[in-house]
Amino acid sequence: MTEAFDYSLIDWSRAQFALTAMYHWIFVPLTLGLGFIMAIMETIYVRTGNPEWKRITKFWMTIFGINFAIGVATGIILEFEFGTNWSNYSWFVGDIFGAPLAIEGIMAFFLESTFIAVMFFGWNKVSKKFHLVSTWLVAFGASLSALWILVANAWMQLPVGMKFNPETARNEMHNFWDVLLSPMAVSKFTHTISSSYLLAAIVVIGISSWYLLRKRHIVFAKRSIVVAAVFGLITSIFTILTGDYSARVVAQNQPMKFAAFEGLYVGQTRAPLVAIGVMSTSPEDPDNENIKDFVFKIEIPNFLSYMAFQDINAFVPGIRDLMEGNEKYNIPSAAEKIARGKLAIDALAEFKLAKEVQDQAKMDEARQILDENFRYFGYGYFVDDPSRLVPSVPITFYSFHIMVALGMWFMMFFAIVLLLVYKGKISQSKFWLTIGIVNIPLAYIASQSGWITAEMGRQPWVIQDLMPTMAAVSRLDTNAVITTFILFGVVFTTLLIAELKIMFKQIKIGPKQEGGH
Amino acid sequence: MFETFELYTLQQYWWIIISLLASLLVFLMFVQGGQTLIYQLGKTETERSLIINTLGRKWELTFTTLVTFGGAFFASFPLFYSTSFGGAYWVWMAILFAFVIQAISYEYRTKPANFLGRKTYEVFLFLNGLLGTILIGTAVGTFFNGANFSVDKMNLTNIYDSAISRWETPFHGLEAVLNIHNVALGLSVFFLARVLGILYIVNSVNEENIFVRARKQMWYNAVPFLVFFLYFVIHLLLKQGFAVNPETGVIFMEKYKYLHNLLQMPVVLVLFLAGVAGVLYGISSFLFCRSRKAIWFGGTGTVLAVFSLLLIAGLNNTAYYPSLHNLQHSLTIRNSSSSHYTLTAMSYVSLFVPVVIAYIYVAWKSINNKPIEKSDLDDDSTHIY
Repeated sequence: MTEAFDYSLIDWSRAQFALTAMYHWIFVPLTLGLGFIMAIMETIYVRTGNPEWKRITKFWMTIFGINFAIGVATGIILEFEFGTNWSNYSWFVGDIFGAPLAIEGIMAFFLESTFIAVMFFGWNKVSKKFHLVSTWLVAFGASLSALWILVANAWMQLPVGMKFNPETARNEMHNFWDVLLSPMAVSKFTHTISSSYLLAAIVVIGISSWYLLRKRHIVFAKRSIVVAAVFGLITSIFTILTGDYSARVVAQNQPMKFAAFEGLYVGQTRAPLVAIGVMSTSPEDPDNENIKDFVFKIEIPNFLSYMAFQDINAFVPGIRDLMEGNEKYNIPSAAEKIARGKLAIDALAEFKLAKEVQDQAKMDEARQILDENFRYFGYGYFVDDPSRLVPSVPITFYSFHIMVALGMWFMMFFAIVLLLVYKGKISQSKFWLTIGIVNIPLAYIASQSGWITAEMGRQPWVIQDLMPTMAAVSRLDTNAVITTFILFGVVFTTLLIAELKIMFKQIKIGPKQEGGH
Repeated sequence: MFETFELYTLQQYWWIIISLLASLLVFLMFVQGGQTLIYQLGKTETERSLIINTLGRKWELTFTTLVTFGGAFFASFPLFYSTSFGGAYWVWMAILFAFVIQAISYEYRTKPANFLGRKTYEVFLFLNGLLGTILIGTAVGTFFNGANFSVDKMNLTNIYDSAISRWETPFHGLEAVLNIHNVALGLSVFFLARVLGILYIVNSVNEENIFVRARKQMWYNAVPFLVFFLYFVIHLLLKQGFAVNPETGVIFMEKYKYLHNLLQMPVVLVLFLAGVAGVLYGISSFLFCRSRKAIWFGGTGTVLAVFSLLLIAGLNNTAYYPSLHNLQHSLTIRNSSSSHYTLTAMSYVSLFVPVVIAYIYVAWKSINNKPIEKSDLDDDSTHIY
């Protein structure tokens, strides 16, 4: 028995998953949002019969196609990586997690890939209405595939609808609808897709702004801006509302992550929200380098308590409460949870031994201990180093705040753009058109920050409270994972450069005068 | 409906679905096979573009089937997912890389400023066709010939070393290519994909030069396909197989196990023979009768033959993923499946499959009902790769 974890294997496996997921996520949100924007544009074309709208639709379809291809290329890895790099995880929760992935393939991917073909190849071969329906189906298919993978992700953050079976040493699904409709799944899906729609609106406005600044394709650009700004304003409001709901779901189910959002070390009632803050580089707690104090912060009084529990007097637990426990608020300490987790793990071993000799009494006894303590099962792996229960607070804090600030900003921006359009001044507003271009990278930063917040904030858990990364990882040689990490890095970066060059070239070329994709 | 079924019935149902998806995937790998023939069949830029455009209209279907196959395997037999993917790391990673480079190649090949140049994307397509087929075939070969892994679910209780599935060689799957029988299946799949690629191309490209070259290429590919396929199948039917005692779950070697499986499941035997006959008829009707419709026979035959081969790998009390390290650790459809509840829920989802097939058929019929020809490449109103 090895008495130490190979943390380098865990870190490289995490790095590889993060690398591939982040690359994939560069392309997905634009696909999700642009699908609907194209569908709206084509609907206007079919309704008005104005060929200009067809030209507009076709240009954005070109951008969609370039982006979609690389989204597919980077996506296939993720599905299989659950097996290749997180093999224990695949067994421990495969009974629940596999189903959404399969449903995603059967119900969404085929829908998307079939009607994408009609969308690209069918302009002169099918009726206008059939083509329009196909474009809408592509948009819905993309969001439907997002639904299933986000249900799977949400389940990792809030495992519900299942029960642990010691006979098979895994969690087994008991209620599909609980998995599909858990508050985490609802918030994760609605927040992720609305923010992706927002990103696509920012990209469409940004590219159109560039045309207006260059005084090219004026009509095309103005019309694209109108559609994108309306779409963007609606979806940004929705993003903020769903973000607010997501924060509440996190506060209730992942208190450590929520504390990390705010860098909240000591819990309090009437907790203030840190609107802007800069963290110290030295740790506040000598036992844990992840915990940092602020050197500067601007707070909104009581707002954190309100945001978390819709009650300004509510107690928001801090990292210290969660690690050391807080009797007043009935929060167990990490040590207690670790002890109970270890009890659960040992009870599983006992169960197995008892089963081998068919000792029913001992099996029942072990099962009872396991059931009583299973909710802390994953904590049992932290007997040696409880400090690893705390995620990286600075990364979580900054990514959360960057995401929130940019989300608010985008909503204001859409409103300003619509106002300028309404006043007929958009083409002359060089300042706002330039801001429109600058917003494109900011939207990607916001989108990536959202995932960093969600995934770094929940460390060390692969499945909240039940399975940490160290118990989920495949037993591979670290060098093997380093090798594939480098390969992925090189291949995906190369493909990204190709994608960007092609995309920029297409934007430079602009919409074609007639026909053509 | 499904909830009233026995667990073993659901496990069999899902093995049948997995086998069906795998057989459809092998058929659809005519895209991969075609990608390795771009330069043999197309001697001018236009001819190559015709081939690439006709394959490009189907590549996503193959890709999506692969992804769905992976998801369905995960959902129904998660222990395979965790054992094989995490263990035979290099083989699966190589397959994945081969598909990553395919996904962008069609769309980016002729786009201006595509960074790597047209030729590179064509090489990507070739590599996808070469590696994707050979490696998937070789990996499936281990279903019959075994792999070096161990499985102990109770490792979960060792907090310092909790991996349930372990690979017992340092080569993490690469050792599969040292087994000639696995490689024979890999090469069979490769040449079959090329055979199907040729049949698909002559069916969907209206260009005489390509047709003439295709007939020559068919000889070069059909003969090695038959040699490798017959070698694999004859060896399979004569070899010892990995049987499981349904009462005790004990796994043991049984002489002529796979032959027994065919004989004990006569429907599968009929499907297998019909499949082989379909492929042979497809090849010969193209070679000797210049049939452009041979893909339908070759394709249907492929689906039936692969389907029945996978059925004998997992049904009739057979271990479908044998462990060479410890026979008792071998995976069977009983010991590696999802729970009754999950298989039931997934079975309801599987009822959507006919709907999916129906809309794929309707959609493709509406846009792709006549062969592509040179003039289509100049059609400004459609999407050209």
